[in-house]
Amino acid sequence: MIEIIADRFTYAVILVLMMVGLYAVIATGNLVKRMVGLSIFQTSVFLLYIATAKVTGGGPAIFDYSDLAARTIPEDAIYANPLPHVLILTAIVVGVATLAMGLALVVRIREVYGTIEDDELSEIDHDDELKKGV
Amino acid sequence: MEPQFLPAAIAAHAPALLVMIPLILSAPAAMITSGRAAWVMALLGVGAALVLAAEIFLATRAEGAVLSYAMGGWEPPFGIEFRIDALNAALLLLLGSTGFLALLFAGPSVADEISRQKQSLFYSAFLICFAGLAGVASTGDAFNLFVFLEISSIATYAIIAMGWSNDRQALTASFNYLVMGTIGATFFVIGAGFIYMSTGTLNMADMGRAIAEMNGNRAVEVGFAFILVGIGLKAALFPLHQWLPNAYAYAPNFVTTFLATTATKIAFYVIIRFRYDVFSIQTGFVTNAMLWVITPLAIAGMLVASTQALFQNNVRRLFAYSSVAQVGYMMLGLGMATSLGLSAGMLHLTNHAMMKGALFMALGAFALSYGIRRIADFKGLGQVMPMTSAAFTIGALSLVGVPFTVGFISKFYLIQAALDAGWWWAVAAILISSVIAVFYVYRILVAIWVTPPNEARKASPKRVPLAIAVPLAILAGANLVFGVWAEPIVDMARAAADAAIAAGVNP
Amino acid sequence: MNPYVVLRVVSKLLIPLIFLFGFYVHFHGEYSPGGGFSAGVVLGVGVILYALIFGMDAARKAVPPWWARIGMAMGAFIFAGVGFVSLFMGGNFLDYTALDPNRTYLGQHLGIVAVEFGVRMSVTAVIIAIFYAFAGRERTGDTAEG
Repeated sequence: MIEIIADRFTYAVILVLMMVGLYAVIATGNLVKRMVGLSIFQTSVFLLYIATAKVTGGGPAIFDYSDLAARTIPEDAIYANPLPHVLILTAIVVGVATLAMGLALVVRIREVYGTIEDDELSEIDHDDELKKGV
Repeated sequence: MEPQFLPAAIAAHAPALLVMIPLILSAPAAMITSGRAAWVMALLGVGAALVLAAEIFLATRAEGAVLSYAMGGWEPPFGIEFRIDALNAALLLLLGSTGFLALLFAGPSVADEISRQKQSLFYSAFLICFAGLAGVASTGDAFNLFVFLEISSIATYAIIAMGWSNDRQALTASFNYLVMGTIGATFFVIGAGFIYMSTGTLNMADMGRAIAEMNGNRAVEVGFAFILVGIGLKAALFPLHQWLPNAYAYAPNFVTTFLATTATKIAFYVIIRFRYDVFSIQTGFVTNAMLWVITPLAIAGMLVASTQALFQNNVRRLFAYSSVAQVGYMMLGLGMATSLGLSAGMLHLTNHAMMKGALFMALGAFALSYGIRRIADFKGLGQVMPMTSAAFTIGALSLVGVPFTVGFISKFYLIQAALDAGWWWAVAAILISSVIAVFYVYRILVAIWVTPPNEARKASPKRVPLAIAVPLAILAGANLVFGVWAEPIVDMARAAADAAIAAGVNP
Repeated sequence: MNPYVVLRVVSKLLIPLIFLFGFYVHFHGEYSPGGGFSAGVVLGVGVILYALIFGMDAARKAVPPWWARIGMAMGAFIFAGVGFVSLFMGGNFLDYTALDPNRTYLGQHLGIVAVEFGVRMSVTAVIIAIFYAFAGRERTGDTAEG
């Protein structure tokens, strides 16, 4: 049992992070905290990808330029799978863009409504609707 | 690729150009300050995309024709591949044509709703959104699909939020969409990650090959579940549709028109692609998921969302709920797991774009003239704006499924497919949902045509600008023309369904 | 103006080095870890540090906000532009090999440096724009762009 968990320790950590993030998104009414939760959730997925890129005993997939030019890289060189790293680099950019967009919205919501608590916002929205007769 | 009507040099690169022309035009559109110039730029970009989409559509008409374009010259499965068959070609044509018509309508509508300094940025964001959707529909690479999905989504959040100057609820609607959309996209990444870990490839056709050889693998099935939930969120599959009603109700009119005709459709396409091409038909798990998860949800969506629509007073919100119900029809066609069902779903997809395009565009014209959005305010509009009201009525009747409109055609084929599969209860659900649609449409039509207009409005009749009248007439006309002469769209839907299924059987 | 002399002097010394490092990360990104994205972040952070120490007004004078808006768009334009150039040179979209008439690896070098230049420009501009938008709320508009 212990061994099973120890073998998959990385995944256990990722799973915990993922749940922490999702829980924060669902449970909190504060919009900024919700963005924080969303970021944690996304980051856990980044870790999931990065964890799979690890090859036991492998270093980064970077070789000396002269070796590359002379094609003297050993055939059995062990290196981590670089593809997930590249993918996650892209995903990080996407995550940053989402975070910036979300925070920009939160700032604007704060200016327009005067609050960033979800329950107060829905109350104000509800009052708005009643006032307009919708 | 055989050039159809464009020069061969352009035709060979059509898949890349279709995405990249709108994308590159978004840069100058953001740099200039004139909203009108940005609008022209957007028209150019989307118009070019429409021409290229037509070219691609004609090129993929032959049975089994697949266009493959290697980005950067890196051959698939290692490089990113744009892979287009009859299925995405139909989607691209739909995206281009409805996008172009909606953009014509945007000219006067956006000038009215969005502050002058923000207009060029708005069109820039729209072009990014368009390019992202086109990218989702063209790419054959699972991770690239995620990137395009997020490009379009982030731009969508921005353009929805720009409705805040009219209605501050646009901000909260956009924020909720952002949170749910990001969770959905992240679920998609998790799913794609599981599949990548098991198959070692990101190319969707290659994934399909590897999964077919695997003959059942738990990790891959988990991946499919994640993808289904993630994209289901984007497609507003009941009960993951919570973001949609408010986003549609408070976004600028043009954004609602564009999103209602394209965004959920593209997400629906992604589900088809994964269902049939990546997870070929034989995988029992996927078939069961369709039968026991998607089908009940589709039927629940058809009934519940239609009922919710009954109780809305805000007309745009009403049609937003109706959109959720219509997604249910499409999903039902997908759930049948037959060629007939899938082609009925595809048929409803195109038809729904036509009717919702006409409806939301007419609502935009009403809002532009009188700034109204409640049913109570629609009293007597038929007398002051007869042509727009007529177009609206055609769209509404089509939504109900009255004969000689496209709505009837797609419901007819859907019922036929359901009977073919022996699903009489699905037929019952379709009929009940249509009856509910009669009720909510009836309320609006009575307000428009039967009740007399108030005096103030009678005294100030408004002319609808040509840029709205023309696309609205085209969409309303399409509802009628294709309702009588249904062959072209039925053929298109059938070819799309066949392409999807064929690609899965022998990838 | 920040009253802490140490901070001022140290950051004055550091900021040029930060910029130099940013360019190093960009141009050496071809051979070693780095590239346009990380370089852009380093450059953007340099500007943010300047704004934090010397105040928003000084930063605005050094890097006007409209630079950021133009930079964002120009960066994307350069990236896509490289793709179109490779189309005109007879390759596929973003096919760097086509950039070199002799079809050796030189085209790959050219392409990646040019594309990363666009990426760096965009990322720097976006980082600065986000900072300006949040730090100077009462004066500037929103960041509609992601």
